[in-house]
Amino acid sequence: MADAAMFEVVKPGLATTVQDLGRPGYYHLGLPISGAMDRFALIAANRLVGNPDGAAGLEAVFLGPVLKFSADAVVAVTGATMPPKLDGAEQPLWTAFQIFAGQELSFGYLKAGARAYIAIAGGVDVPEVHGSRSTYALGGLGGFEGRALQSGDQVKIGAPTGPSKLGVTIPEDVRRAAPASGTLLRAMPGLYWHRITEESQGSFFEDTWTVAPEADRIGYRFKGGRALDFVPRKPPFGAGSDPSNIVDSCYPYGSIQVPGGTEPIVLHRDAVSGGGYFMVGTVISADMDLIGQLQPHQPVRFESIDMEGALAARREERARLDRLGEFIGA
Amino acid sequence: MTKTTIEAPIPGTFYRSPSPEEPVFKKEGDPVAIGDTLGLIEVMKSFTPVVAEAAGTLVAFHVENEDAVMAGQPLYDLEA
Repeated sequence: MADAAMFEVVKPGLATTVQDLGRPGYYHLGLPISGAMDRFALIAANRLVGNPDGAAGLEAVFLGPVLKFSADAVVAVTGATMPPKLDGAEQPLWTAFQIFAGQELSFGYLKAGARAYIAIAGGVDVPEVHGSRSTYALGGLGGFEGRALQSGDQVKIGAPTGPSKLGVTIPEDVRRAAPASGTLLRAMPGLYWHRITEESQGSFFEDTWTVAPEADRIGYRFKGGRALDFVPRKPPFGAGSDPSNIVDSCYPYGSIQVPGGTEPIVLHRDAVSGGGYFMVGTVISADMDLIGQLQPHQPVRFESIDMEGALAARREERARLDRLGEFIGA
Repeated sequence: MTKTTIEAPIPGTFYRSPSPEEPVFKKEGDPVAIGDTLGLIEVMKSFTPVVAEAAGTLVAFHVENEDAVMAGQPLYDLEA
């Protein structure tokens, strides 16, 4: 029997991690959902190579890795515009292409978006931890040894389970375009909305915010908008003395905490599950993939939306997956 | 003499010195050896050094200290 198929990490990129669709069900124990920051892109990449939607792939942020394959493989790269190269020859994005044993997969500069997803037929074969192969690097859990890939790592590839769509390209109108400058992030005002003044309730949605360079898988921090003013109060028992403190509470995925009222942080896939900072609201689930593709210094605005609008947006996102399914199969 | 333009490998905030109190890594006219650090790019709470992969003389910087840079944006010119 031949050795197991694998790839060697020649260069790791900036922070390349194994991710699938995540590890839901443990947030109440403080274990975040993890998984791809842009789930649509990972699903599309998996379908191109004939994998189930939840197969593990690689998430490469800002800088692609260099990988050398020990066996033939079918690969697809989606998400950020970070052109893949095979032995130096550029390959199309959102397309299943063939890699032969001994060939090297590398990447050109990031041109748009932030995170590229690399799916390999058969999936990345790392052990499941609590039902997921996703890396939670902060907790040293899941993925490849609980961390981002490093040079010299030998990573196993699973056995392909379905026919790949070799040579097939997902058309542009089925993809989600990289977020443009001034992208709107829709958010529902939350339980603590009453804590800020009417003026701040207005300015939060009026101002332009730019992505802070420290934004990562845990949270996307924004700066540049007017600081929020709080309604005066006597701190309740258990809350800290800063006006942005609350009695410890649960932080939902997508919630926007604003420590000190200055820089909103949208909690993302590797977020902590609770704490004592006030949350101005929650970014709707339909717009969370988009946040995963924002670059540092990119300007955005928040837009207020109600529950009805949020549910309609969720249906539209489901329709995007349906269009992908019509094109390429589910 | 040929002039080469070196580009930013990643997006982030560009710094020309290791900390605000310290002098710049390199200034115009300085010799550059392979492996020399020319600046830092801050992104995701870490600072990635911009390391020279070719030797020569630093001719000009295209970015200022603390400028926002995009991947592929020209950082500096090297003459060799």
